Amino acid sequence: MTPFVAEVLIPVGKVVAVILYPMVMVVVMIWLERRVVALMQGRLGPNRVGFQGLLQPVADAVKLFFKENIMQRQADTFLFNVSPVLVMFSSLLAFCFVPLGEPIMLGSYNLTLWIAESPVGLLIILGLSSISVFGVIFGGWASNSKYPLMGALRSVVQVLSYEIPIGLTVLTVVFVARSMDLVEIVRRQEASGVWYGFLMPVSFVVFWISGIAETNRAPFDLPEAESELVAGYHTEYSGMKFAFFYMAEYAHMVLVSSLVVILFFGGWLPPFPSVKALSFLHAAPGFVWYLVKIMFFLYLYVWIRATFPRYRFDSLIRLVWKWFVPLSLLNFLAVALGRFLL
Amino acid sequence: MAFKEIDLNMGPQHPSTHGVLRLKLAVDNEVVLRVEPVVGYLHRGMEKLWENLTYTQVVPLTDRLDYIASLSNNLGYVLAVEKLAGIEVPRRARYIRVVLAELQRLASHLAWLGFMANDIGAMSVLLYGFEARETILDVFEEYCGARLTIHGIRIGGVPHDLDGALVARIRKVLDGIPARLADIRALLDENRIWKGRTVGVGTITASAAIEYGLTGPPLRASGVRWDLRKDLPYSSYDEFDFEVPLGRNGDVYDRYLIRLEEICQSIRIVRQALDGLPEGETSVKVPRVLKVAPSEVFHTIEAPKGVLGFYIKSNGTDKPERVKMKSPSFINLQSLEHMCKGNLFSDVVGILGSLDIVLGEIDK
Repeated sequence: MTPFVAEVLIPVGKVVAVILYPMVMVVVMIWLERRVVALMQGRLGPNRVGFQGLLQPVADAVKLFFKENIMQRQADTFLFNVSPVLVMFSSLLAFCFVPLGEPIMLGSYNLTLWIAESPVGLLIILGLSSISVFGVIFGGWASNSKYPLMGALRSVVQVLSYEIPIGLTVLTVVFVARSMDLVEIVRRQEASGVWYGFLMPVSFVVFWISGIAETNRAPFDLPEAESELVAGYHTEYSGMKFAFFYMAEYAHMVLVSSLVVILFFGGWLPPFPSVKALSFLHAAPGFVWYLVKIMFFLYLYVWIRATFPRYRFDSLIRLVWKWFVPLSLLNFLAVALGRFLL
Repeated sequence: MAFKEIDLNMGPQHPSTHGVLRLKLAVDNEVVLRVEPVVGYLHRGMEKLWENLTYTQVVPLTDRLDYIASLSNNLGYVLAVEKLAGIEVPRRARYIRVVLAELQRLASHLAWLGFMANDIGAMSVLLYGFEARETILDVFEEYCGARLTIHGIRIGGVPHDLDGALVARIRKVLDGIPARLADIRALLDENRIWKGRTVGVGTITASAAIEYGLTGPPLRASGVRWDLRKDLPYSSYDEFDFEVPLGRNGDVYDRYLIRLEEICQSIRIVRQALDGLPEGETSVKVPRVLKVAPSEVFHTIEAPKGVLGFYIKSNGTDKPERVKMKSPSFINLQSLEHMCKGNLFSDVVGILGSLDIVLGEIDK
């Protein structure tokens, strides 16, 4: 392989891929959500544009692209414009640290399916997902309107509260894996033969529910509860800026699903590694397993949305401070003790 | 974060004000201090309009009041005119009216269930409720061709007879509803989030409910037994065996349960009416130009949303001198502030949903 390919083409290709991959997932996810929710509710959903309506999100994007960008006169121009970018940027950047599969050997070149492997990858992703909150706050504040402001306030309280159980449960994984490197965490799960989700079910459940809350999805979609706050923090946005918020939300869902899969369900590892009869499962490349797993969690997102009513703000906060924080603290203690004794 | 009191304008283009209601809210952060409903965005001058129409011409316009339960408006108005003009309706027509009115109550309650659940975020229930309502609207379509604004009752009787095929179809529809209702109840009844949003929210005591003049399911949810079908029976309701479900706490959850129970009772009434459908005429001959001697009348019925009353004053011509309508939604809406005060902003939509208002009826 020529140095040009190895040092220029492949990195550039990866950078393009890391932008395209979340975008493609977002498109698939928007389609999946509308279609699955429709079928659950006895409707058809979009089925006209493309095969089974698959191109509907593309059509929507084109429509939004040509829409007028409306900004009301009292808005804070700079913050108003920067917040959708901030939200989108932090979601996309986090994908650089998400390993999609085992490295592939191309001759002598080792093609890794991630852009950056950092010893503190987990920390960076959590930090980046916290930055996206700023986008929400700025957006709600800069709109200079009451519904977005209330949505932004709710969002701040919600995300700040739910970061605590997320941090504490992530810490248990770090404790057991003795690494904050996402690739290393998957390798440790492979070596130990048990996925951490089965080893620490409490961590997984708390992380998953907090993850739903962190992404502002039903039943925790209070910051954008349409029956109360119209559209919450992005009420005043239109056109592509609105599309950025919208896509960032879906990208964030993909990110949280990826984290669940990597931290608790073995990333790209195929299931049942020790069962001989099922060794044909290894034939599929790791990337496929990773996709199958995150699609499962993305489907769960949709399923939950179609099933549950929305939490009220006070019970949402009560849930996290009275249940999740003590529970994850106890869980953390138990894992730490177990790690110390075994 | 300490927050000064802010005024929040909810509506008239807000997604969960059920039409064009405007609420002027004063909130302290998320806590509601004051609620002031501003009505009139859908005002069409109905009552004045009716003074220039003949008695029969008014009937289709009453469809446009409570458009979720248009047939109940027809019934309320027609019964008042019949009382005024002394028209005796054949028994078969009265039974058919009961069948239609109770089907309309089913449709109204199912639509309400969907709207209310959607306000609280259970979006699937909206579609499930509407799917069940659809089967009833199909019956109306087969009966008289219309689905929403039905105009299914005429002065002196009903426009069409219920034939065997339609009776069989109604029975089939009634058989299908409990299963759909069971699905919805499985999603909501014991759901922690649903109960958290509804139990103890928007409470109103029996005495306060009476003082506010609440009627219909919100009144009965507070434990007051007042159902005109039992207490001032009209249109042969006294010949049917049914119960009036009562709540205890007067909160949103009780209003929800009451309406679900009323759906079951309505199914019971329709079945009885279909079983005992008497033979005979479906309407009496009413003069084409109905002239009523000077007199006045006030007649009330139990519409799905509460007590619906029509006051009609005649002056000897073929047009009413004055028609005044007592609309249940308008009166029930008054208690909104009482129920919302001190609750959270999110509860306002739930409480408003539980009152089951229709703006066509409020603004007239």
